[in-house]
Amino acid sequence: MSPKSRPEIREAVLGALSSVAPELDPTTLDPKQPLREQLDLDSMDFLNFAVALHAALGVDVPERDYAKIATLDGSIEYVSAKLAGA
Amino acid sequence: MPSLGADMEAGTLVEWHVKPGDSFERGDVVAVVETDKGLVEVEIWEGGTIDALLVKPGTKVPVGTVLATTTTQPTEAPRAPSPEPRVQASPAARQLARERGIDLAKIHGTGPHGAITRDDVEKAPHAAPAVVPSPAAPSPAPPPAPTAAAPGIDTAAMRRAIAAAMARSKREIPHYYLSIDVDVGPATAWLEAENTRRPVTERVLFAALLLKATALAAREVPEVNGFFVDGAFRPAGEIHVGVGVSLRQGGLVAPAIHDVDRKSLVEIQAELRDLVARVRAGRLRSSEMTDPTLTVTNLGDQGVASVFGVIYPPQVALVGFGRVLERPWASGGMLGVRPVVTATLSADHRASDGHRGGLFLAALARRLQKPEEL
Repeated sequence: MSPKSRPEIREAVLGALSSVAPELDPTTLDPKQPLREQLDLDSMDFLNFAVALHAALGVDVPERDYAKIATLDGSIEYVSAKLAGA
Repeated sequence: MPSLGADMEAGTLVEWHVKPGDSFERGDVVAVVETDKGLVEVEIWEGGTIDALLVKPGTKVPVGTVLATTTTQPTEAPRAPSPEPRVQASPAARQLARERGIDLAKIHGTGPHGAITRDDVEKAPHAAPAVVPSPAAPSPAPPPAPTAAAPGIDTAAMRRAIAAAMARSKREIPHYYLSIDVDVGPATAWLEAENTRRPVTERVLFAALLLKATALAAREVPEVNGFFVDGAFRPAGEIHVGVGVSLRQGGLVAPAIHDVDRKSLVEIQAELRDLVARVRAGRLRSSEMTDPTLTVTNLGDQGVASVFGVIYPPQVALVGFGRVLERPWASGGMLGVRPVVTATLSADHRASDGHRGGLFLAALARRLQKPEEL
């Protein structure tokens, strides 16, 4: 996986979110608020979000880390750290 | 036009997947029908050949209308849930006969090639009064579909269909309600360990454990699994669990996962995932709409502590699950904190009583204590 910039990662995360919440509007999404509440995600949606992140970026999010991707900012930070090998 | 639920009165033939002269196998999808609950792929229950297509795409017809004539071929393995002998009958006729406990073999068919129509079943001796229809409602002009809406889903029509079914349920079914708090510590710990070993694409949700435990408990207490029709409870031979799935744009459907008691957790999870995706895309299959023998609703994701649901007629029970919450829990004289879920049973008092309902919930709780055996 080639290095990705933060805007590229943000775009990929939003793409993964859109695959489970097609009505997603990035302009109204609060990056610091929980995705579950803003997008009405249930457990299946969240699992599908993790699957989509893995498909798009090759990042595996174990269940114990779900809390770290609870927000858009958190997801971007988490994925960035994973891709950087942290 | 098959009846795809107790609340369905008509459907629109959207497209054919076959043409005259085509042969088909049992279980093949032969058409797509639009209902109040979205697009449904209509399967056929016998192998054979299409003789003629009688309804053109875009036509809305009442349930029971013959859509096509076929020449059927006997097959060695009849469809498991269908108790009727192999006679030619429309899907709606079979559904109605099943609901009323009428033997199709004793009815003279007046349809094409002697096929039994819904009308024939209606006129059959000892037939119970027709299912109370939902109040006629004017069909509004289709509004522009919002971008989030799945294709083929009219949320207003779906709301009317839900209203009709739930009003019928509350009018006809004497519900009783029970609940039990279950320590799911063993189940959640086992699942966490299992999922740690699995790639993300094969992880199992806790909901799959709840479905399997419910099905196994229903096997022990069959009074919660089946239908109340023609004045009597008729237990189902199989355990097809209807899963309440909410639509993102509003509305609810509860299609079946078949034979849940005989499937592995991985299989249940895969089918659940596929089902949710197709519900939200508005593409269900006819058997999924008509086959549930028991329904499960899970509102844990919404933070709900417990849910006492409304039974979907002619089923006789609905099982509800709330959120897994950490609660104080006394066990063996010690007070600790455990993950606990409240499981509820809404059951039809005509089919079972509180004692049997209690045994069902106890069996469900017991099954969840041994997740490795699910």
